[in-house]
Amino acid sequence: MVAVAIADQEQVLHEPQSFISRYIWSQDHKVIAIQYAITAIAVGLVALVLSWLIRLQIGFPNAFDFIDPASYYQFVTMHGMIMVIYLLTALLLGGFGNYLIPLMIGARDMVFPYMNMLSYWVYLLAVLVLMASFFVPGGPTGAGWTLYPPQAILQGTPGATWGIILMLLSLVIFIVAFTMGGLNYVTTVLQARTRGMTLMRMPLSVWGLFVATILGLLAFPALLVSGVMMLLDQVIGTSFFMPAIVDMGEQSTYSGGSPILFQHLFWFFGHPEVYIVALPAFGIVSDILSTHARKNIFGYRMMIWAIVIIGGMSFIVWAHHMYVSGMNPYFGFFFATTTLIIAVPTAIKVYNWVLTLWQGNIRLTVPMLFAIGFIFTFVNGGLTGLFLGNVTVDLPLSDTYFVVAHFHMVMGVSPILVIFAAIYHWYPKITGRMLDDTMGKIHFWTTFLGTYAIYFPMHYLGFLGVPRRYFAFGVTGFIPESAQMLNATITIAALFVGVFQFLFLFNLVWSLFKGKQAGSNPWEATTLEWQTPQTPPAHGNWGPELPEVHRWAYDYSVPGAPRDFIPQTVPFSETPFQIDTEHES
Amino acid sequence: MSEMIHTGSALSMPDGMEGFVTDWSADKQAFNVPWGKAMMWIFLLSDTFIFTCFLTSYMSVRMSTTVPWPDTSEVFALTLFGNHIPLILIAIMTFILISSSGTMAMAVNFGYRRDRNKTALLMFATALFGASFVGLQAFEWTKLIMEEGVRPWGNPMGAAQFGACFFMITGFHGLHVTAGVIYLSIVAFKVKRGDYEEKGNYEIVEIAGLYWHFVDLVWVFIFAFFYLW
Repeated sequence: MVAVAIADQEQVLHEPQSFISRYIWSQDHKVIAIQYAITAIAVGLVALVLSWLIRLQIGFPNAFDFIDPASYYQFVTMHGMIMVIYLLTALLLGGFGNYLIPLMIGARDMVFPYMNMLSYWVYLLAVLVLMASFFVPGGPTGAGWTLYPPQAILQGTPGATWGIILMLLSLVIFIVAFTMGGLNYVTTVLQARTRGMTLMRMPLSVWGLFVATILGLLAFPALLVSGVMMLLDQVIGTSFFMPAIVDMGEQSTYSGGSPILFQHLFWFFGHPEVYIVALPAFGIVSDILSTHARKNIFGYRMMIWAIVIIGGMSFIVWAHHMYVSGMNPYFGFFFATTTLIIAVPTAIKVYNWVLTLWQGNIRLTVPMLFAIGFIFTFVNGGLTGLFLGNVTVDLPLSDTYFVVAHFHMVMGVSPILVIFAAIYHWYPKITGRMLDDTMGKIHFWTTFLGTYAIYFPMHYLGFLGVPRRYFAFGVTGFIPESAQMLNATITIAALFVGVFQFLFLFNLVWSLFKGKQAGSNPWEATTLEWQTPQTPPAHGNWGPELPEVHRWAYDYSVPGAPRDFIPQTVPFSETPFQIDTEHES
Repeated sequence: MSEMIHTGSALSMPDGMEGFVTDWSADKQAFNVPWGKAMMWIFLLSDTFIFTCFLTSYMSVRMSTTVPWPDTSEVFALTLFGNHIPLILIAIMTFILISSSGTMAMAVNFGYRRDRNKTALLMFATALFGASFVGLQAFEWTKLIMEEGVRPWGNPMGAAQFGACFFMITGFHGLHVTAGVIYLSIVAFKVKRGDYEEKGNYEIVEIAGLYWHFVDLVWVFIFAFFYLW
């Protein structure tokens, strides 16, 4: 066999000359990552404020004049869409994907840096178009983040003209941006690994990001197509999704379209999207747990196969979002089965995380706290998924607060906790300084306990049958008055959790100037990004010589070793106490 | 290779499936092709999903509509020299596009031989075929809109979704062809100017060729599912 070592091939490094080419129109993956992250966090703050406004109305109905039913639905819609697409997807793949992939696999940059730069600027355009919808006549769309037709484009729905058009345009632009970035991430992982970095030695972070990006490249087309078709329905009056319908007392000009087609297309994107967010989080949290427990990740190969199987299966579970849509009941049977099967590899991952902690030399650092918090939250959110995955149990729970609690726990709070863990973990590499520990711990406990105060009671509200997305509940036979007290409590908890996120932002800025000097490897980690010659890594990452990888990423607490970690760059010849099991056979 | 031995990859290779996996996951490029070509393949995979979604959606609305679907062989018939021939325009367009794939393949062949002039010439020919395809499509659209009265929101022959699907799918494909014509022209121009002589290879010609063949292949599916069904 001829092993062709690569990575030094053909890459002509552009040298940044001025401030502008270094920090603004930069082609350096690290700068692009930070641009992505800052934009995503900024737009995420908008979504955070929107969630406050939603909660204010639910907790204290009609106490605030500026929240009317129309604006309430607009807040709900924009909160959901921003959080899922423009914050989570962009921050995990655009932010962490860009920063970590080249550093962790030992490349100098992404394979096509110019396209990578374009990806960010097109993403920014998508964000600006989305934000513009707050200022157009009629305001942003209030169709709910799923944008179901026919109501999304009929009069009477808030923002049914300009709002929905800008939303769909922004999504199409986002997909173009994601494709340019995503092609880069996948090609970089496949083609530009450094010498010795086999696929089965890659850190799980890279595996998670890699598989999630492939999911994105195959799932976003469905959203693009449904977006284009709904735009045509709205702008030039085609009837892809629009049946003959009476609108405001008049027969509309639409006829013969299929609203359920949109649901299928949307969820063919929408379900993989859950894993586009979750898989990078799975990967990153595996690395953080292993590093801070000073133990190798339990079942490394199993973890990889679990990621790959979850990724593949995520394409055949989508219609579990549509049990109440009126589709053929046999579909429900099929999709309930696949949904429960996909829980198996997911559960394997959870067991492996717990077994990684088992008898580890756990260091309760701030990133570790967030990582352990993630395991708790993910298990809670995942278990309620078993309820919702079964057709018969789902029917009464559909469109209640039980669903809200489930998806906020499993794909809202869980990935956010991992993102916090990751920021606390990699901030020292990105800036050269540590984030403040005390502020970090306050941030963790308020966020972790606070989100439980918010979402745990919602399960109960869901069982009572409190419907989600309602502006006001009126008087019903099944919602007791005490539910209102619970809602007020949740609102107060949500306001608190929100406020403490600003402490985190303050920490980010304060530590940039006043934080402790981090050194090159403050967590004593094994992966390549901690072995760079400079911290923060210089342009081109590695100096004149690319690193050479000799082992997997999880050699922690190796018996007989002088220190409790052995970086991936250390050859086996320097560790005579260790048996090279990988190459024995 | 001596410096590679201790990294493990050049050690004993297992046979069969295990060997395949070990080889593929080794510390080398997963695909032994230039980066640009690997990226184009992945992009085309993603693009395949876009066209699949378009075509599946079209089939879905066609099957669920209660109004009869217009007879495509009649709608797309032309009277040439006094003969009424069904689908003749589409047949000509398909022939042109398939021929352009032939000239593209020849361009790639001459690219391997680094024959600057012939490569550029054949690429220009391909782009010209592509441009005439788009031209005929413009003629087809005009005829349908002006003479048959087909609109995206309705038509006199049957289901409103006929026009909607037709303009959307052929329009999206036409955009791909147009982009391809521009892309091929630029690459052909740079080949002719000698931009790739320094680098010593014409891999970009092959990458552009991949895209072009893909656009042709998609047309075959559109032809089969939209016009022939």
